[in-house]
Amino acid sequence: MPMNENGEFTPLIVAFCCNWCSYAGADLAGSGRLAYPAEVKIIRVPCSCRVNPTFILRAFQKGADGVILAGCHPGDCHYSTGNYYTRRRMTLLFSMLEYLGIEKERTRVEWISAAEGAKFAATMNDFAAKIHELGECKRLEDLRCK
Amino acid sequence: MQRIGVFVCHCGSNIAAAVDVKQVAETLKNEPNVVFAADYPYMCSENGQQLIRNAIKENQLTGVVVCSCSPRMHEATFRKTAEESGLNPYMVEIANIREQCSWIHKDRMTATAKAVVLGRAAIAKVRLNAPLTAGESPVVKRALVIGGGIAGIQTALDIAEAGYPVDIVEKKPTIGGKMAQLDKTFPTLDCAACILTPKMVEAAQHENITLYTYSEIEEVKGYVGNFRVKIRKKARYVHEDLCSGCGVCTQKCPSRKGGNEFNLSLDKRGAIYIPFAQAIPNVPVIDTEQCLKFKTGKCGLCQMNCAAKAIDFSQQDEIVEQEYGAIVAATGFNPISLDKFGEFGYQTYPDVVTSLEFERILNAAGPTKGHLERPSDGKPPKTLVFVQCVGSRDTSGRGKEYCSKICCMYTAKHAMLVREKYPDTEVYVFYIDVRTPGKNFDEFYRRAVEQYGVHYIKGMVGKVYDDGAGHLMVRASDLLANEQLTISADMVILAAATEPDKTARSLATMLTASMDTNDFFTEAHPKLRPVESPTAGVFLSGFCQGPKDIPETVSQAGAAAVKVIGLLSKNKLKSNPCVARSDSLVCSGCSNCEKVCPFGAITYTEAEVNDGTGKEIRRIAVVNEAVCHGCGACTVACPSGAMDLKGFSSNQIFAEVDAICR
Amino acid sequence: MTERDYCEEALLLSGVHPEKCMKCGKCSGACPSYDEMEYHPHQFVDMIAKGQIKKLMESESLYHCLSCFVCVERCPRNVMPANLVEAVRTLRERSIGNDRLKPDDVAALLDEETPGQLLMAAFRKYSK
Repeated sequence: MPMNENGEFTPLIVAFCCNWCSYAGADLAGSGRLAYPAEVKIIRVPCSCRVNPTFILRAFQKGADGVILAGCHPGDCHYSTGNYYTRRRMTLLFSMLEYLGIEKERTRVEWISAAEGAKFAATMNDFAAKIHELGECKRLEDLRCK
Repeated sequence: MQRIGVFVCHCGSNIAAAVDVKQVAETLKNEPNVVFAADYPYMCSENGQQLIRNAIKENQLTGVVVCSCSPRMHEATFRKTAEESGLNPYMVEIANIREQCSWIHKDRMTATAKAVVLGRAAIAKVRLNAPLTAGESPVVKRALVIGGGIAGIQTALDIAEAGYPVDIVEKKPTIGGKMAQLDKTFPTLDCAACILTPKMVEAAQHENITLYTYSEIEEVKGYVGNFRVKIRKKARYVHEDLCSGCGVCTQKCPSRKGGNEFNLSLDKRGAIYIPFAQAIPNVPVIDTEQCLKFKTGKCGLCQMNCAAKAIDFSQQDEIVEQEYGAIVAATGFNPISLDKFGEFGYQTYPDVVTSLEFERILNAAGPTKGHLERPSDGKPPKTLVFVQCVGSRDTSGRGKEYCSKICCMYTAKHAMLVREKYPDTEVYVFYIDVRTPGKNFDEFYRRAVEQYGVHYIKGMVGKVYDDGAGHLMVRASDLLANEQLTISADMVILAAATEPDKTARSLATMLTASMDTNDFFTEAHPKLRPVESPTAGVFLSGFCQGPKDIPETVSQAGAAAVKVIGLLSKNKLKSNPCVARSDSLVCSGCSNCEKVCPFGAITYTEAEVNDGTGKEIRRIAVVNEAVCHGCGACTVACPSGAMDLKGFSSNQIFAEVDAICR
Repeated sequence: MTERDYCEEALLLSGVHPEKCMKCGKCSGACPSYDEMEYHPHQFVDMIAKGQIKKLMESESLYHCLSCFVCVERCPRNVMPANLVEAVRTLRERSIGNDRLKPDDVAALLDEETPGQLLMAAFRKYSK
């Protein structure tokens, strides 16, 4: 189990953020010095709809303990309709993951605008706290990757 | 084999205070393919950029990772830096170790460790980067303006003045739109025709403007810079080039039963008619549903009397095809139908009229020659009741949920005009709120109250009924007096809510421009790009984007023209190279990607494919790079994995995931 | 029950959201019993939003409302003032013990003074 120097569990959280809203929201959280755990690592994508379900499966396969997707609010998508696709695709994916034994709290879709730095930090804090509670996720981990 | 250079920025102390930048540089130097790593206090400064440029040359770098602030800040800067030393700008990736690391993590060890991971992810990505070149497409230097009201006319004039040819397509037989129907304009009370008709003439005579009146958009194909549009010129049955506009035909026409649309059917017109005296073009049109020649085959009086031989009953619709670089939607508005508002008696009592009808009654060129006469018996009304917000701000489903914006001001205008010309009248205005933001607007409304003695009553009309003796009775609440009033009125004028023109919806579909739930066109950004549609090359002018009065419409029309001019002044358009790409060998031609594309950038074609086992003709997806915005929706929809996004390829994102999860 | 509790109860019973009201006064402009009522439809919405239900419960306005629902029909914001009046009537009847009447007993309580809409309301609410 990954731990820090104090022997506490440090989960691995992958956050996919769309370039136009949520990534900018993360930047705003940064410039507002609104802290959230370093366990959250952000991957920039042009739109939340660029996130292929296989990216999320890959993250769990490689040992991620939680994956969160953040995009523009419905109706505000830079590409008009991208986040609607995200919403539908992820609803399906997450229910399948739950069926496979990945607790539904380990996956999340959030709408965070470029103006919502505080929401970004709060969301990441909340999500990380949930993952801390749930502990390690070994369900899909591919031991051959080790 | 990639040769990657890593450049870690201190950002003064912004990064260096929380992150051990030297350690980050040293650690990342050991990553595969990394041949150079350095740190510097300000990487974005000229000296910092010089460091990058030198390193690229000296180490023959093929990829660059800059660990610094957000890519939203300096990605463009560093791409340019790379380009200056001969590296493809898209071989640069940024690891955001300021906003996402040093600024939010106080613990130095944690922050340094995270910075290393972010750097690794960027290295992993850049390892798979490929040089990208922005595509170029030519720009057709011609603009199309859809709608010939004040918005369309102003936009067209501004574009034409800049030297570009413009076509105006107007579905009615004349340009002029709603403004041509108005009497006076607020808050200056200058006459609408006096300021509009010179613009109409200017548009008609401008060497760069072509008018297509009585015409509709049939089809729009193509993309920014290269739209191909089919325009249907409906048959007028009068040849525009032959007609002298003498108007004899309109006088000879024996059929007088047609409702005069320009006067909102308050009076009648012939089957062959010119909408109004200053119509442009000044060419009549035949209403085939009314015309005796079309209905019975007998008559033809107009044709017999036409000296210019311009009337041709066999004329057919004509389809004109034209190419444009930019399209402006200026489709305007209409008052809503009041069918669902029975309580006001609009359908029952002729003396209950809408504000636009009242505008015609006040107009010197209108059905009453400008005399205030009520429609039922032509007597001058003594008591007039104006009702605001009829269907505006209505969430009950009968009306529109938005504020129509113009009604408060035109109601004040009507009330004022009535009181000025007919001081013996009593004028009541029922309002929910009086909304008069705008230059000299509130002063105008206060003048109606203070100078002209208009009775403004805070409350709403509940019912308009006949008292049995032929008097219109208006029952309403006076909220401030907390009482219910019953006013015997001679005329009731309803400020009906406005709605976008019905043709806007089908046009939006043709343009792939987005609309809101009220059928107003959506702007690319509500504050910063208010005259552009999210669809590139489509611009918005006037009421079709949201309720607007004339000054606002004219300023927006000018703004839209500037955007069009900016686009047309370019010879080539550079497109974002991070667009979708379909692998023709893998594509199964299923159309999934085409269906999810919000921009219509994907088309299908039959192409020859050689997968090594021999050539065959297959149906495959083709991405139009000039139209693709690079959202990536198609990449996920593709079941065979043929579709990928340049700059954000699946393999690159997998590599980032792997680097983070390592 | 405090006055505030009564207000909450009235809103719960009626399903009315008084914050949706934009204070246009169309309900009172349309009300056929306006002059008979001490408090008018728009005031029911306004006063309950402010927590002042006691005055309404004590007012005879309750029984001058015809339950014709013209205010509901005409309201541009779906506020439903008549439903609120109805809820206040119910609360008043409950507060004086006239709750859960048997249908058989209703007839005996009728006299010339009893408003028709109370009878209708009684059948609607007390028939179980």
